[in-house]
Amino acid sequence: MSLLSVDGITLQYRTGKHSFTAAYRVSFSVKDGDRFIILGPSGCGKSSILKAIGGYLKPVEGKILLNGKHIDSPGPDRVFVFQEFDQLLPWKTVRDNIVFALTASHKFARREAEQRAATFIEKVDLTKFAGSYPHTLSGGMKQRVAIARAMAMGPEILLMDEPFAALDALTRAKMQDELLQLCVESNFTVLFVTHSIPEAIRLGTRILLLSPQPGRVKAEVESEGADPARIHEMLFDGDMKGGNMHV
Amino acid sequence: MFESGAFRKVVLLGLLAAVWEGYGRWLANPLLFPTFSNTVIALISSIASGQLLRAVSFTITLLLKGYVAGLILAGLLTAFASATRIGADFLEILTAMFNPLPSIALLPIALIWFGLGDNSVIFVLIHAVLWAVALNTYAGFRAVSSTLRMVGQNYGLSTVGYITRILVPAAFPSILTGLKVGWAFAWRTLIAAELVFGVSSGSGGLGWYIFENKNQLLIPNVFAGLLTVILLGLIVENVIFKTIENATVRRWGMQM
Repeated sequence: MSLLSVDGITLQYRTGKHSFTAAYRVSFSVKDGDRFIILGPSGCGKSSILKAIGGYLKPVEGKILLNGKHIDSPGPDRVFVFQEFDQLLPWKTVRDNIVFALTASHKFARREAEQRAATFIEKVDLTKFAGSYPHTLSGGMKQRVAIARAMAMGPEILLMDEPFAALDALTRAKMQDELLQLCVESNFTVLFVTHSIPEAIRLGTRILLLSPQPGRVKAEVESEGADPARIHEMLFDGDMKGGNMHV
Repeated sequence: MFESGAFRKVVLLGLLAAVWEGYGRWLANPLLFPTFSNTVIALISSIASGQLLRAVSFTITLLLKGYVAGLILAGLLTAFASATRIGADFLEILTAMFNPLPSIALLPIALIWFGLGDNSVIFVLIHAVLWAVALNTYAGFRAVSSTLRMVGQNYGLSTVGYITRILVPAAFPSILTGLKVGWAFAWRTLIAAELVFGVSSGSGGLGWYIFENKNQLLIPNVFAGLLTVILLGLIVENVIFKTIENATVRRWGMQM
């Protein structure tokens, strides 16, 4: 049985009289232990799909089931890692950001939360910075804290919305390796949104390809041995105008 | 030593005191302009007699009453504005109308409504505090980034927990600005109210102390009163609020 099943969801934004369809009848399912990548160019609604799974956006049709249960609001069983650096609470230190997440969500008692926070800070190699406030950290370090925080919460599924997109290329490559290692180590189920084909192939076990405006499923491929040029072709039907794709 | 800002300022203050002393001596008319040394003597003897401290504690007590009442009302108004659209419109209209109105202008009408005494002063103090705090707090809440909001919702907090543990700290830089502006308005308003109208005659605050000493032509005492007003203002703004700021927004790297 699949952990997460997304069944024909359509997502729309309304502004006054106009409505904009971000994703149209998208279906896929994620199994336990998958690193499932949603890949597509800007404007294909991939972030909206992730928000819907997070419970922040209600589909106008279709349904989303996590372990067979309907998703209708945000909750600590699906933890988000965002692209933005301001996702850490600036008034809490690195350690307290994680401890707060664990205790506020009632997942762990205070003492256990502190131990867990220390373990995961260690995993992302930030022990020296556990007492630092986020504004003193670099962008890459902030994202590592966010990942540590999300993993420490022990969610059913990690939802990552282009967490490395705002990083420089070197840091990004390093972070990809680190994330991969952490996921393999602890067998996390991850749903990862990106517009970068190499990132998708590098990180994912399976890749869902979306076409833009509105987002529709083009294909689903195994990332093992996938060919970037072939994926690019599939995304754009051989039409090489897809200018904003990173190959 | 000249590199230290504090040192330079102390030197300047010393110079100012010297100029004051010199002018006072040259003028030799203590009724118009007492010397610095006479003012300091008056200040010390007023403190020693307990007269000045009584006036200060009276003024501060009154100020705190008005300030706290203003904060509570501002909290309610902001909650209303954040919860409903009509509340937001309401807050916008009220602040647009009343923010430009100096509180002291309301004192005559407050005297008619509430009579001579504390209640009238508290009324104008509330007016001084309310709009600045409500406006800044509301703006602060609205400026909380959608990412932080989503992070907060992700933890499955209750509504109250979400407000007190995510929204309030996230908006704290704006809230603190509101508190500071509100305090500055209230302080100036209160001294003016006591001074010009002698509202709290008999009970006697700091403004009243200045007013009364002027009537008795005890001009060094008047200057001592003014000095006290300045000192208290400096302490609140540069010690109390500064400490809060250093312990919070500065430490968090959130200062605006």
